[in-house]
Amino acid sequence: MSFVSYLVNGISLGSVYAIIALGYTMVYGIAKMLNFAHGDVIMIGGYVAFFAVSGMGLPPVLAVLISMVVCTVLGVVIEKIAYKPLRMASPLAVLITAIGVSYLLQNIALLLFGAAPKAFTSMVKVPAVVLAGGALTISGETIVTILTCIVIMIALTLFINKSKAGRAMMAVSEDKGAAQLMGINVNGTIALTFAIGSALAAVAGVLLCSAYPTLTPYTGSMPGIKAFVAAVFGGIGSVPGAFIGGILLGIIENLSKAYISSQMADAIVFGVLIVVLLVRPTGILGKNIREKV
Amino acid sequence: MKNKLSKQTKGNFITYGIVVAAFILVQILLSTGKVSSLMQGLLVPLCTYVILAVSLNLTVGILGELSLGHAGFMCVGAFASALFSKCTQTAIPNSGFRFFLAILIGAAVAAVFGIIIGIPVLRLKGDYLAIVTLAFGEIIKNLVNVIYLGRDSNGFHFSMKDTMSLNMEPDGEVLIKGAQGITGTPNDSSFVIGIVLVLITIFIITNLINSRTGRAVMAIRDNRIAAESLGINITKYKLLAFSVSASLAGVAGVLYAHNLSTLTALPKNFGYNMSIMILVFVVLGGIGSIRGSVIAAVILTLLPELLRGLNDYRMLIYAVVLIAMMLFNWSPKAREFRETITGKFSRRKKTQEEV
Amino acid sequence: MALLEVKNLGISFGGLRAVNNFNIEIEKGQLYGLIGPNGAGKTTVFNLLTGVYKPDEGSVFLDGKNITGKNNIEINKAGIARTFQNIRLFKDMSVLDNVKAGLHNQYHYSTIEGIFRLPRYFKVEKEMNQKAMELLKVFSLEEEAEFLAANLPYGKQRKLEIARALATNPKLLLLDEPAAGMNPNETKELMDTISFVRKHFHMTILLIEHDMKLVSGICEKLTVLNFGEVLAEGKTSEVLNNKAVITAYLGE
Repeated sequence: MSFVSYLVNGISLGSVYAIIALGYTMVYGIAKMLNFAHGDVIMIGGYVAFFAVSGMGLPPVLAVLISMVVCTVLGVVIEKIAYKPLRMASPLAVLITAIGVSYLLQNIALLLFGAAPKAFTSMVKVPAVVLAGGALTISGETIVTILTCIVIMIALTLFINKSKAGRAMMAVSEDKGAAQLMGINVNGTIALTFAIGSALAAVAGVLLCSAYPTLTPYTGSMPGIKAFVAAVFGGIGSVPGAFIGGILLGIIENLSKAYISSQMADAIVFGVLIVVLLVRPTGILGKNIREKV
Repeated sequence: MKNKLSKQTKGNFITYGIVVAAFILVQILLSTGKVSSLMQGLLVPLCTYVILAVSLNLTVGILGELSLGHAGFMCVGAFASALFSKCTQTAIPNSGFRFFLAILIGAAVAAVFGIIIGIPVLRLKGDYLAIVTLAFGEIIKNLVNVIYLGRDSNGFHFSMKDTMSLNMEPDGEVLIKGAQGITGTPNDSSFVIGIVLVLITIFIITNLINSRTGRAVMAIRDNRIAAESLGINITKYKLLAFSVSASLAGVAGVLYAHNLSTLTALPKNFGYNMSIMILVFVVLGGIGSIRGSVIAAVILTLLPELLRGLNDYRMLIYAVVLIAMMLFNWSPKAREFRETITGKFSRRKKTQEEV
Repeated sequence: MALLEVKNLGISFGGLRAVNNFNIEIEKGQLYGLIGPNGAGKTTVFNLLTGVYKPDEGSVFLDGKNITGKNNIEINKAGIARTFQNIRLFKDMSVLDNVKAGLHNQYHYSTIEGIFRLPRYFKVEKEMNQKAMELLKVFSLEEEAEFLAANLPYGKQRKLEIARALATNPKLLLLDEPAAGMNPNETKELMDTISFVRKHFHMTILLIEHDMKLVSGICEKLTVLNFGEVLAEGKTSEVLNNKAVITAYLGE
């Protein structure tokens, strides 16, 4: 039974990665940039929810909503100030800027909230489920995380495929210039993408901190990088890819922790990234692109 | 023609001159006793950072690929050389000669890692390459943390679990103790050696850039397909630049390791935070500018220490520097502003449109 | 025997037949034109000849040597150099260094000799500089040797690309739309330069071009491509009066 429990926990962790990976994959698909700061938006989301609950005594649902609003604004502002002026710049310049933004967020959080970890009280009030006569306990956090991930996936897929704004996103990711000529507001669409990604980051932040209840300014950076690995794994730019990549990565990480070595789990996760990129550089569901001569 | 060569050489000599002048200045200050012990302790790390920044500039500025795993190579060089020095402390009593060998070993091991990692990584491009170098850096750091190595009368014992599973005789000595790292590395580093290594690093990198090899590397950076069409072996030169860069980072690691009594692989010293800090030096100094890397590494290391209290804001300042530099260099508004000021506006714009 | 002998060359991308049953024979010293409407597959032929793409079938012989399926580095060493439709200079390198990069395989010293500035470095670098300046002089670029390639005006960028290709000491030079984007004066000057290069270096040249004045002015023979297939070939004047060719260009 312990294997099943590791597996379920892995899926739960993977669900968080999947939600974060969505932010990466959508932004990468549209703006063609690795938003290194995405992981740190998660951390900010965690802090906002933390202070909303422990500081102001708000109910968890409201706290999550506030956190989403703050992160959305943050994401859009970052895009506007730091990334938008660099649309025409070299990819190297954009990546360096994103790394700068990531460090900026971490260090602002460090100055505002201090380095001491905050004990995050879980926002999930769902009771644990006991299965197989007590041999398998699935926590409320796990259930909520997995369900949230599924709901987000479905909603996002519908949004992208059925709504006008979603189709605009697809068009912009395919060809910015052509989309602009078709009357699509490219800058608006990119901003919308950042907004959605950041709102999801807030959700991920709350779920992550509920499952692993310590919050520091660096909470977001490792999960952020791993979620990017998940996005690459699944095929960058693909929403179902982010889902599959995230879940698989969560399972791999949790099973390595359980059966190989907890210290080596991160190394194994990164090893997976390297193998995937070498064997199938565009990920499981990615598209092949050829350079024109 | 002659003019050009001498211009390059002149530029290089200015860089060497700056380093030597800084060295003399520090020596004078030291002799007057005006340097605080805190500052004295910073001298060797400073040389380490300069070597790291200059060597990373070869990858980022000349090869044109963003590596976020530079600290990993430093880590490899540090551990390999510290292990060597600890093992040979009695066998080679002459500390100068032993350190010389340690440097060669650190450089060689880091170069080998550069080649092993470079072969898969250099097939990738841009963001992917950056994230994979980051991944390799983290893997190296994690691996080093689980290595246990001991030596007894029967030879070496290796484990990835704990000291007990080394199964050593009672006379055995633990050399690498997992997360606790290596203790008792001889303190062979000094500021003088550091400066010499800095000069050697600058010598190697600048001469490499201004040679047939350097041209090939830059040609690949500027246009891979055109470089191939001229018969330039892409893989060979990418790998060469990457492993030279890694090897020199290994040398920085040697210097770093022999300045500490205990060497551990922490996120702070060998994690990607370190890699990014080095990147900040390179970016601030100007991507591709060796002299810039030297100056930026020195200023950004000393500034927070000089302005006491600023240390808390150190990383914050780095972050702002990164963003500001990129916006200043690339945003259309900043470009326009700069170009009106320098009066080159018309010419620049023309070439942009035409290309 | 012809310098370049291409037989039955073909390639498909997905389901699209980009080049089909392509044959060409170019004699040593010839100036040969490859023309055709947009999308006819001209640049694809260049990419096949230079090893950017591997042909699905067919064979390429250069000077009697089979170079079919070799990669672009090997093919350059075998003796084919090219320029690109969308100029591909090393923009952040000086004009001189662009040419010296082209000389890469003509002059040798090791990386170690370069780093430690051993005598051979100075000797070979001097020779390279002389050779590169010679080439720049041919294209009247010697004044701009120290400029960044990106700062050259357009016409000179095109010339520099040809100089760089010549630096690899090729047997066959492929020029992909050398006159694209040039005004009539610049085109005229370019025609003179190409003729000069041909005489001065005894070069065999295959060029893709849309400018009919240039083509009829300097090319001896032409091959016309349409929808990936050879529509006509032969002496320039005959081909340009060929009915099928006129139809392909102007429509029915």
